[in-house]
Amino acid sequence: MAAVTQEKQYTPSLLSFFVYNPSFGPREGEEEKKILFYHPSEVEKNEKIRNVGLCEAIVQFTRTFCPTKPVKSLHTQKNRQFFFEPEDSFWIVMIVRNPMVEKPNKDGKPPTIEYQEEEVLDTVYGAVLRQCYSMYKLFNGTFGRAMEAGGVELLIPKLEKFFYRYLQTLHLQSCDLLDVFSGISFFPLDKMTYLKIQSFVNRVEENLRLVKYTAFLYNDQLIWSGLEQDDMRILYKYLTTSLFPRHSEPELAGRDCALRPEVSGNLLHYGRFLTGPANLKDPEAKFRFPRIFVHTEDGSEELHLIVYKAMSAAVCFMISASVELTRDFCERLDALVGPQLTLLASDICEQFTLNRRISGPDKEPQFKFIYFNHMNLAEKSTIHMRKTASVSLTSVHPDLMKILGDINCDFARVDEDEEVIVKAMTDYWVVGKKSDQRELYVILNQKNANLIEVNEEVKRLCATQFNNIFFLD
Amino acid sequence: MSEEHYLELCENPVQFEHASSVNNVFFDEANKQVFAVRSGGATGVVVKGPDDKKSIAFRMDDKGEVKCIKFSIGNKILAVQRTSKSVDFINFIPEYPHTEFSQECKMKNASVLGFCWTNWNEIVFITDQGIELYQVFPDKRSVKLVKSQSLSVNWYQYCPETAVLLLSTSGQGNVLQPFVFRNGTLSKMTKFEIELPVVPKPAKLSLSERDIAMATIYGQPYVMYLKHHSRTANSPSAEVVLYHLPREGACKKSHVLKLNTTGKFALNIVDNLVVVHHQSTQTSLIYDIHLREPDCALNTHQPVLPARSIHPYRIPLTGPVVVPSQPPVPCQLYSSSWSVFQPDIIISASEGYLWYLQVKLPPTVNLQQDKGKLMDFLLRRRDCKMVILSVCSQILDGGERGSLPVVATVFDKLNQVYKEYLEAEQMYTLAMESGPSRNSAAQKRPVRTQAVIDQSDMYTHVLSSFTERKGVCHKFIIAVLMEYIRSLNQSQITVQHYLYELVIKTLVQHNRFYMLHQFLQYHVLSDSKPLACLLLSLESTYPPAHQLSLDMLKRLSTANDEIVEVLLSKQQVLGALRFIRSVGSHDNVSARKFLDAAQQSGDRMLFYTVFRSFQQRNQRLRGNPAFNPGEHCEEHVVHFKQLFGEQSLMKAATV
Repeated sequence: MAAVTQEKQYTPSLLSFFVYNPSFGPREGEEEKKILFYHPSEVEKNEKIRNVGLCEAIVQFTRTFCPTKPVKSLHTQKNRQFFFEPEDSFWIVMIVRNPMVEKPNKDGKPPTIEYQEEEVLDTVYGAVLRQCYSMYKLFNGTFGRAMEAGGVELLIPKLEKFFYRYLQTLHLQSCDLLDVFSGISFFPLDKMTYLKIQSFVNRVEENLRLVKYTAFLYNDQLIWSGLEQDDMRILYKYLTTSLFPRHSEPELAGRDCALRPEVSGNLLHYGRFLTGPANLKDPEAKFRFPRIFVHTEDGSEELHLIVYKAMSAAVCFMISASVELTRDFCERLDALVGPQLTLLASDICEQFTLNRRISGPDKEPQFKFIYFNHMNLAEKSTIHMRKTASVSLTSVHPDLMKILGDINCDFARVDEDEEVIVKAMTDYWVVGKKSDQRELYVILNQKNANLIEVNEEVKRLCATQFNNIFFLD
Repeated sequence: MSEEHYLELCENPVQFEHASSVNNVFFDEANKQVFAVRSGGATGVVVKGPDDKKSIAFRMDDKGEVKCIKFSIGNKILAVQRTSKSVDFINFIPEYPHTEFSQECKMKNASVLGFCWTNWNEIVFITDQGIELYQVFPDKRSVKLVKSQSLSVNWYQYCPETAVLLLSTSGQGNVLQPFVFRNGTLSKMTKFEIELPVVPKPAKLSLSERDIAMATIYGQPYVMYLKHHSRTANSPSAEVVLYHLPREGACKKSHVLKLNTTGKFALNIVDNLVVVHHQSTQTSLIYDIHLREPDCALNTHQPVLPARSIHPYRIPLTGPVVVPSQPPVPCQLYSSSWSVFQPDIIISASEGYLWYLQVKLPPTVNLQQDKGKLMDFLLRRRDCKMVILSVCSQILDGGERGSLPVVATVFDKLNQVYKEYLEAEQMYTLAMESGPSRNSAAQKRPVRTQAVIDQSDMYTHVLSSFTERKGVCHKFIIAVLMEYIRSLNQSQITVQHYLYELVIKTLVQHNRFYMLHQFLQYHVLSDSKPLACLLLSLESTYPPAHQLSLDMLKRLSTANDEIVEVLLSKQQVLGALRFIRSVGSHDNVSARKFLDAAQQSGDRMLFYTVFRSFQQRNQRLRGNPAFNPGEHCEEHVVHFKQLFGEQSLMKAATV
């Protein structure tokens, strides 16, 4: 009997994802030309054309109601479609299947399926869609750029190559408010150590003149970015959700292999390349690095992305793509940066543990909160566990995450400072505060607390955690 | 070739009548006076020194050849030695009789090697059999023996600065016995032995007085020994060995200066540098015993800079017959007729000049490529400030630009000295505050030497012009400023806010707002009201500056009024009201400001809320919701009535 009453829960999942440009096949019979990318690729051609056509129609149709703001999403019982026009006439559409519950029926009847269409948040998946484009642009430049360089013949394979892999890494079931913010976690650091890092970055840039921009991270948290904010935001996303997790696993698995110091000259150091050559000594080593595109005052520029890591400190060096990177350069970089970075990393580690000891374990927040500042994209969450390549784990129930998302939507509607306090079904209190450009979401688990007590509790949190910023009560 | 002579003779030498068959010249190291004695004094004695302006002229009877002549301290009594048995005295105190009187040495068969004044009326005779300390009574024209010591003496040296008399004893002369004179007493210090390069057999006098000199370097007394090379011993070149002579305890060998050559040398001390003149090459070397050299054994020193000659010197033709067209005559430097005295005196008796030797710092800059070592050297010199600042400018400038590590090293060295001074100053202030009674004698106000280069010096002379210089990459400018700030922080020196302003100005000029944002985020630019105001002014070009500024004002916790002004200026009246309530100053804030802002916003509900909030406050404070006349809110009351009617006004509670 137990097996019969068992319900089956399905999380939201990706149904399809496509990129099209209506201007590429305006005439009848040429519809296929509009489609630049379609996932899943095995879908039959006519169905692809039908689906794209439908989207086109929806976009056209909704335009009559509001010509300035194009359609963003379409809600249906089974799924939700997200529309995004990142560049003129280029549309990206993502179709997400709503989460559902499968309830088995007696007597061999097919199970009843209940779609939970309200569980999906437009803001979250809209942000995911925009991020897909940003990530494509980071590694490939704009669609327009590919069109200029080689037309559709160039663009299509680029899209294929990128999205084929990227879509596999989308984990729609674990997307939440943090995807909306797409923020940057900054590493807390004392002034002196920060200045040492500054000094290190400046010296390396002076010594290796090719290096145009540098970014410095520790423990997957940002400390310094020479890139502008928007570029750093997406690069940070790439580093923390893709590159670092990929490399952290072998580190954890085989400790001694990662910690075997490279002996170069007399200096012992732990530096190694995360992009480019895995082993400098290897005579077959290839000196090819990923290329990224960043904004400049007049358009964009293409750069080599060198990511170099020693212990928990990672540095990104960005070098104009017009320069060929050689073994000699990499060896020079390794010899220069390796020892210094090793030293710096242990300095930071020492400072960090020292500060922790001073502040004491009781200062560790007992609150679950998410903080985000739109001005510097600083994000802090005690709700999320450490991100891995596959999933971002949260320590709270998805229902609560949904409430956070809802409050965020409310905040987005008005400019004024606001405060929202919600009593959730499960004895939880959820508080959202917005002050100027900052947002704070707190989840409290106090069974018999009343509104006043909850308010006091949040005030206390603000006083301890955010006493050095201007955050209105 | 650029100017490289880092030593020079002073511009205004002491001039005297040069030595000749009729004119004998003597020099007194204690008073730094040159005596020109013509015909044994009968045709006049002219005393000049310590500078060219001071001179004394007199006559004395020619009673035989003068061997030594010196004034007591303060020119009170003149002592003249004419024989090997006695010294004659002449009063120079106007009211006392001027007739000479004389004193023979006490020890039988002893011959007087010389004498030294240790005070205005105390004199010590050095004989080959010992020393005799006398007190001279000019009024009575008598002399009284205070103390004597007998020991066999080869030769002696006297250092007036420390009042230490050094006697050479023993057969080889290398056992030195120092005595110190203090408050009319004579005390024996521990004797010590100079290591000779070779021990002669049979024993004979091997240590010459010419090879020994006494001087004070960095406030410490030293005996300097010029150790010539010897073919037999394992010493290929000459060296100067310094023996530290402490007030208490034994004299110890402390430093060795490697001369790397052989020949005839002479020593001077200038600005705590040991200057070694080498006659055959006509060059001089300088040594700084405080400079550590990593590649040398402990306390072995190489010259700081390559050997150079003293700056060429021209003797101006002055005097009664000036021929204007005639150029000054070049002076022969390192002449064999030169005599060198401690610490910094060079005398050419044959030409009649006394010079003080000086160090010129600007040429040293180009001779020492290692800027770190150069700074170590310069920071210990007396007139170093402008030279140091010019080096700082130089390493930031295009042609000879230093790399960032070099810049950092230089900054660190400057700030180390700066920090030490600040700490000493702070200790002194603390000691003064805790009561001047205790340790007041021990606590002296620290002297600010030229080596203390503070932030305002750097700002005025180096950084402000550097940031404005055309053609310098802004990356480098910012890196240098950050390096300076880092260095200050490392030395725990509070950074002045004008340096932060310079950083902000540079970043803004080059549109590096995100960089600025990050610096502020990590509090690299420390909070201050001026900085917060500067940020506010940037809001129009960089909107996030508004938030940064408010955060800063909040952290200062003394800027609540400013925060209210900022919020009201943005018409965030409710926010301002909430803020003022959260900091607990709701009761004494001016209602007018808030009501003005609310009225200007044109938002009826906002005005209503603010108005009622203040009415409630009035009620709470005074038991009456009405505004006091002093608050000048009449127009707002009228406005409120217009909007909401008389009946909406809160009425005073009727009893």
